[in-house]
This record gives sequence, C-alpha cells and structure tokens, in this order.
Amino acid sequence: MAILSKEEAQTLLKKALAYSKAEECEVSLNGSDAGNIRYARNSVSTAGDISQLTLAVSSSFGKKTGVATIDEFDDASLAKCVLRSEELAQLAPENPEHMPLLGPQDFPESVTYVPATAAITPDTRAEAVAKSIQVSRDAKLQAAGYLENSVTFEAMLNSKGLFAYNKGTDVVFTITTRNEEGTGSGYAARGFNDVTKLDTFTATKIAAAKANGSIGAKAIEPGKYTVILEPVAVAYMLESMFFGLDARNADEGRSFMSKPGGGNRIGEQLMDPKVSIYSDPFNTDLPSSTWNREGQALEKRSWIEKGVVKNLSYSRYWAGLKNVAPVPFPGNIIMEGGTESVEDMIKNTEKGILVSRLWYIRMVDPQTLLLTGLTRDGTFYIENGEVKFPVKNFRFNESPVIMLNNVESLGKPERSISVESYRSYLVPPMKVRDFTFTSLSDAV
Amino acid sequence: MKRKEFLHMAGMGLGSLALPSLPFGSRMIDPAEALQAGMDKATKKQLADIALNAAKSGGATYADVRIGRYLNQFVITREKRVQNIANTESFGVGIRVIANGSWGFAATNDVTPDGVARTAAKAVAVAKANSKIITEPVQLAPQQGYGEVSWKTPIVKSVFEVPLKEKIDLLMEVNGIALSGGANFVNSAILAINEQKYFASTDGSYIDQDIHRIYPNFTVTKIDKASGKFQTRRSLSSPVGMGYEYLTPTPESKVSGIVTRYKDRYDILEDAKNATADVAQKITAKSVEPGKYDLVLDPSHLWLTIHESVAHPTELDRVLGYEANYAGTSFLSLDKWKSGNFHFGSKLMNIVADKLQPGSLGAVGYDDEGVKCGKWDLVKEGVLVNYQAIRDQAHIIGLKHSQGCCYAQSWADVQFQRMPNVSLQPGKDGLSVDDIIKNVQKGIYIIGDGSFSIDQQRYNFQFGGQTFYEIKEGKIVGMLKDVAYQATNQEFWNSCVAIADERDYRLGGAFNDGKGQPGQSNAVSHGSSTARFNGVNVINTARKIG
Repeated sequence: MAILSKEEAQTLLKKALAYSKAEECEVSLNGSDAGNIRYARNSVSTAGDISQLTLAVSSSFGKKTGVATIDEFDDASLAKCVLRSEELAQLAPENPEHMPLLGPQDFPESVTYVPATAAITPDTRAEAVAKSIQVSRDAKLQAAGYLENSVTFEAMLNSKGLFAYNKGTDVVFTITTRNEEGTGSGYAARGFNDVTKLDTFTATKIAAAKANGSIGAKAIEPGKYTVILEPVAVAYMLESMFFGLDARNADEGRSFMSKPGGGNRIGEQLMDPKVSIYSDPFNTDLPSSTWNREGQALEKRSWIEKGVVKNLSYSRYWAGLKNVAPVPFPGNIIMEGGTESVEDMIKNTEKGILVSRLWYIRMVDPQTLLLTGLTRDGTFYIENGEVKFPVKNFRFNESPVIMLNNVESLGKPERSISVESYRSYLVPPMKVRDFTFTSLSDAV
Repeated sequence: MKRKEFLHMAGMGLGSLALPSLPFGSRMIDPAEALQAGMDKATKKQLADIALNAAKSGGATYADVRIGRYLNQFVITREKRVQNIANTESFGVGIRVIANGSWGFAATNDVTPDGVARTAAKAVAVAKANSKIITEPVQLAPQQGYGEVSWKTPIVKSVFEVPLKEKIDLLMEVNGIALSGGANFVNSAILAINEQKYFASTDGSYIDQDIHRIYPNFTVTKIDKASGKFQTRRSLSSPVGMGYEYLTPTPESKVSGIVTRYKDRYDILEDAKNATADVAQKITAKSVEPGKYDLVLDPSHLWLTIHESVAHPTELDRVLGYEANYAGTSFLSLDKWKSGNFHFGSKLMNIVADKLQPGSLGAVGYDDEGVKCGKWDLVKEGVLVNYQAIRDQAHIIGLKHSQGCCYAQSWADVQFQRMPNVSLQPGKDGLSVDDIIKNVQKGIYIIGDGSFSIDQQRYNFQFGGQTFYEIKEGKIVGMLKDVAYQATNQEFWNSCVAIADERDYRLGGAFNDGKGQPGQSNAVSHGSSTARFNGVNVINTARKIG
C-alpha cells in the first residue's frame, strides 16, 4: 500500500527533515496505487496493478539546489538520501532564478478523494469491461477499450515549517467500437474522481450508436462550416490554449498571449463575450488539490471573463521581476456554458457539422495557436435541425482563439477528458461558425 | 508520435525540449553512481533461473524474465543558465508467462530470490485469471535458445563518463553563439539513455545487452517586438544510438548545401550559428502562396514523414485492431498485402525494416523476447510486401519466426510490438541533391521536421518543417515561411519521382515515440536520401488573432 495518511506522511517527512544540514530543505512524498485493464477485438489483452511510493529531498545552499529521491524508508536510507541531495547541491551550478522556500500556510482540505474509487479491485475493473464487451457483441461490433484507476497522495514539509497533504482518486475509461468491415467507428471517454458516476454500459452504448450511425459516410467539400463540437472534442481542442495561460512566455514575446509592441494581453477582449474560463479547486464535478508543489495556495480564479483576459499565471520569480503578485498555474480548468444539450443545439441548427471527436491535434503556429488535426468516430451533416447523414472525416486547421471568437452558442458543461493527455476538463459542447476544414480523409 | 510530452511543452514554447517520461520506479542519483557496475551477470542468471523455474512449476508453458537497469541523464539549459540536471536510475525485473494459453505479466523492484519467485507466481496467477476471458490461446512462433550471449551498442565514449561540466560548457557555448548572433532566446539540452538489459527465457537464452542513446538539441527563438511575431529554428541534430562521439564533428560527416546538415557526427556549434542566421531570415521571409508544388525533402525532414506514413501503418498490431482505442488502426489491411499488388508508392519506393543499422536508435542484437534481430523489406518497388511482427503475431502473416520487433520501455512494462528502424532506400540513378533541384520548375525545398499530424488509419497527413526554400526554374530563389503540406498517403508516395543516391543517405529519428495503454516510449531511426514528390498541396498557415 503506497497511500499514507496525513499523520503517517507528516511523521515520515519530519524524520527525514531532521537529517538536513542544508540552508533550506524540502522533503516530499508521492504515492500511487493504480490499476488498469485493456481490451481489443472484444477480448482482454493486458491488465496490471502498479504501486509506487517515493520520497524526494531538495536541499539548497544559497542559489544551488540538489534533488535526490528514494523508495526505501528506514533511517539509514533517509539519512543517505538527504546527504546525497546536499552533495548534489554543492556540485550544482547556481540558479539565478532560485526562490526561497515559503513559510507555513493553512490549506483547506480538498474534495478530490472518493473512497468508492479507492476501493476498486481487479474484479471491479473486469466487471466494468465485461459489460462494455457485451454491449459491443450485442451490437455486432468490435470493442477496444481501456480503464485505469488510481489513488494518489502528495505531501510536503519544508525547513520553514510549511506542511501540505492531499489525497485524490481518479478513474478514466475510453472505448472505441468498430464494425467488422471497418466502415463505422464510435468512441466515448469518461473521467471521474468518483467511480460510482462511471457507467461503462451506457458509454459503450453511445460508442456503438456512433459506430453504426457512421457507416456509409458521404464525402462533402471541405471549407468553412458551422460545427457543433461535443465536449470531448472541445476539451482536446482547447487544451493547448489552457497550457498557454502563462505570463512569462507572453511577456517574452513568444506566445499567443504576447501583445504586439511588448507585454501581454491581460485586459484585452480576445474572445467572444460568451466565453468565460476559470479554475475552482472546490468544483464538485472537477475538484483539484488546494495547493501546488511550490507550496502556493490554489484558489478560485478567473482566466477569461466574458472574452477578456483576466489573469495569466506568474511564477514567483517572474512575478517578482514584474512587481506583481504570483499567480500559480491552476489545478483545474472550467469553461462556463449554457443549459442546452447537444440535441437541443442540433435542433437549433439550420446547416452544420456535428463533430463527435477530434484526433492527433498538433501545433502548427504557436503565435496564433493555429492547430491541425482531424475529426473521427462520428462526423455528421446537420440540416434543418436534424442529423441527415454521416460524412467523411475532415482535417482542420483552426486556432482555438479564433474559434472562441466565433461562438454561436454554448451547451451544458460536462466533465470530459482530453483524449491525448487523459487530463479532465469541465467544458460545454459548443456551436461555432466558420470552422476551417482543409481536406478530406478516408480514415474510419 | 511524440505525444504527451509534445502537447504539454508546446504551449510553453519549449518545442522539442520535452523530457522523456521516466521509467516507473526511477530514482534520482549522483552522476557517479551511473558509472558503478550493476548486478553481475552470474547473479542475474541465478535469479532468472529461479524465476523461470517458479513460473514453470506454477503451470507456465513459457516464461521470460527481463532484469533491467535503466539510466537517464538530462542536462537542460536556457540562455545563460542551467535549468535542470537530472540523473536517474531504475532497476527491477519484469516476468512474462503463458499459462492456460494466456499472457500474464508482473514486475517488481525486489530483485532477490524471494522477490523474483513471488513475482513469477503472480504473473502465472494473472495469466490464469486472464485465460477465463480470452477468445483464442496465444500462438507463439518457435524460437531457438542462444545460450549465454551478449550485445553492446558500439560506442566510442559513454555520455555518462563525460563530466557534467563539459556538457554544460558545450551547451553554454551553443547558447552564447545564439545570443551573440542576435537571437532573443535559446533552449538547449543533452539527453542520454543507457539500458542495461538481461533477458532469459524458457527457450534457453540468456542475453546480456548494453544499449546507449544520445540526443543533443536546441531551439533558437527570435522576436520581432513591433509586430508581435516570432520565429524559431530547431537544431538539425538527430537522436542516435551512439555515445558522446556524436558530438565530435568530422569533415566527412558534413553535407554541404544551402545549410550544413549532418550524418553520423554533429557540429552543434556550427549548427547553432546557422540556426541563428536562419531564424533572422525566417522573420522577413516571404509568406508562401498556397497551391501545388513539387517538394524536395531533406532527410532531416523526410524521416518524420516516413515514420508517420509508412512505419506506423505497417505495425501488425495496428493492422489487426489491437491499437484501435489509442494509436489507431491502419489503411494497410491484410487483404492489400495478400493481393501482392498493392501499389503503396512509385517504383522508386523501397522501404526496409532494419534492427541492426549502426548508429540507429533501434539497433539491438536481440529484441525483448529473445529474438535475434535482422533486416527485411516492407515495400519493394512500391508494392507492400510485409509488416512488423512479434512472436505471437508471426503465424498471422504466415511467418515461421518472429521479426524481432518486441520492446518494453522498462522492466516494469510489458513488452509489445514496436517499430524497428524503417528507412527509404537511396536512389540508384546516381542523383545528387543539386541534380534533383535543377529539374524542379516550381517547388519548395524543406529542411528539418516541424508540425506533424496524421489520421488514425494513416490516410491523410500534414507536415511542417524548420526552413523552407522556394525553387523556381531549377534554382533556389529565397526563403519561405508559413508552409505546411497536406496529402493522401498513397498519392504522396506514388508522386515520388526522384531519390538522391547513397552519398546523401542520413538518419533522423524519434527519441520518444508513444504507443500503448498505459503509454510506453520507444526510440527509432528512419533513414533516407533527399527525395522529390510532385504536385503536393501546400497551405499557408499564417493567421491573425486579437
């Protein structure tokens, strides 16, 4: 068992810190108990359980820092690890951006841990997968899927007396269903802290409906279309923009947040007024830790408010240089939406394309955040408020910043995972005009 | 696919300087510890035998054991400072078995007689549990035991033996050249990996291997403050299966032309100077007019196109559907291969899979299921002739033995099918790069790899690059920017009309190619000579925001 309680973690950290002779020392613990099961062609292919507990010691002398880690916790091993970090610090080059450690702080307890998820066993996983495979077989499809769950904890203690602890759970499920002929494919992805919200049966039903619904796709001309992006497509499309909410890159002139002539775009109306993006560690659908690894508190914070850039993250070093308060990078990202469902949005669309999922998104130009990627697993033509027929997949070249200027309407936000990073976001389905498809793909 | 790392770092303007994910159970060490000998071979053999016997007595019909020590060193800098130095070590054992016709796997860092016996028993238990829900039993291609053998990457000097200071000094010199040349920012890094792998199986093999890889790289950035525009130029180095000697340039390893490119030795200081000049030129370069162009692709660029459009779709597990939920499937379905008549490309397209190529990232003596490595054709004169397979797939394509494509990123991960080095063979018509360019009327010459994206069956792709040069009536007339090309895979390869000869042949490669769930990283090289593709669709990628 790699998960220590707050008290156990604090005791072990205090013991390690007692060996320190450095000017500043921070000890931290990181533990995880994780399990996974993978299947393809309606049959389980691999399964595994992974457990890990690591202690890291960071020692500093002046602006020189050394880090050592260890996975044995007897007194001699702890002493050796602390000593090694001190030796490495003496050998290290000076870091001109070194920041002194923070002192004690009170962090509120997070809501990231759900006991039901921590109680998942290999049998629970196998049962969840068996339900999914059955749906696929009944629909005469081939299922390939993956389920992974984890309990993790992090704790830190430093020589200035700062102590922090957080424990969390996570479960992620993804499912692809395809027909034997390879002419139809559907997908669903789910991510939760609380496994009782995970329904592999219904998720696979949705994937199966998309697979059977996408058979016989017609080719239509690429070009600019009004699109309805489902939340799993929105999360992946916006992820690189979320990662780019950084003041330093912007101030240095190498980000889409850089302002021509110098500085950054804080205060600028960069997107449609319907767009508001914020973080909140206490959101019950997408909770996060209440502190970060630098020992800073994570609080509710607005990034984009009614299309205006409100905040960018400032590291402590950069904030000092710019004479502003540090703004830690957020632990979660939430985009506000409306009340419409995807079905409602389709009903209100005269002509457009429904995009179930996006794939292989890569940065083409970081200065405008131009991205390329493709649609997949269910792309449909909408006319007069109805899905008319499936269409062949498209390649797009589009910037999320431009896209968020073209928002027609936003639906009800839903927790969704980015299909590449497996990180969760809370985002709405969205209808946007003039989304740029540049070519067709034969891929199913 | 350089997946997660790329995504996470791209938004931070760090581009290629992503850190590879560390193997499970890694710990930070003193650089001196990396030079200490690990567990001796005799002890490893004893432990392997204990594991194999435990597996067999538990009911396994086959078992293999991998005792691995994985060392990493990263030195990462920006401008005038060292950002990070990390030395890590991961040591443990992974045991894979077949019981009741099903695979089972378990791993531990407790590399003791008790630890390996317990883990072997656990692997058998997992196999037996999985056997209740499999549809067909594993069919393993026969494999002879080799007895006690060994293999080592033929390096001249281990990166781990070179003092850290020497590496830092070199990177600081790179950064100094860029900054004094007018660049606003520069990131640089030296990444090194050493895999010390011991493999044993119930077939009677005991294989000891020592594998080395290095990847020096940098990115130079220039800002045009007034317009708010910026440009970058990455190094033209490749990750390679070599030691520190890769950073000792020789005149014969240089390829002269519009900019110097490199074969098996790399001049990082010269390239830093050239990159700084290139990035300034990129700021004022002409924005491309979209349309059809003949493309002349340098090996520093073409490797990535080969990787995505040829190497991934010939992975047999993708073809069969095992990667459907993550990496995707493949347009190269079995019926196309069986027809013997599927024209993937023009007659000039000869693609070879090679696990032995000197200096390549994929070069090993034996794969991670004890198969001696070799070389085979994937595409011959444009026709698809073969795939990449491992032992439990060989029978599906009528092979009596595995092609040796099995790899695990560490002892803690189960081995599965990963691509070998996959390379385009040089042309046989004695063409030089200049010969190719002089025949192009309206074209673009592309150097270095850039943005890349391809669909889940590998039909439609889009690639960028580092530098782009306009060719008009057989001559390079200037630099272009905002270039990306889009094509359909089969059409693209059928438009290949010229390939330079072996004098121009060079390797590029991916240090972190992602696949599988949970994800694993693989390193692989792709060689080619400069090649020409006719009538490819080029788009303009410039946009305006704010």
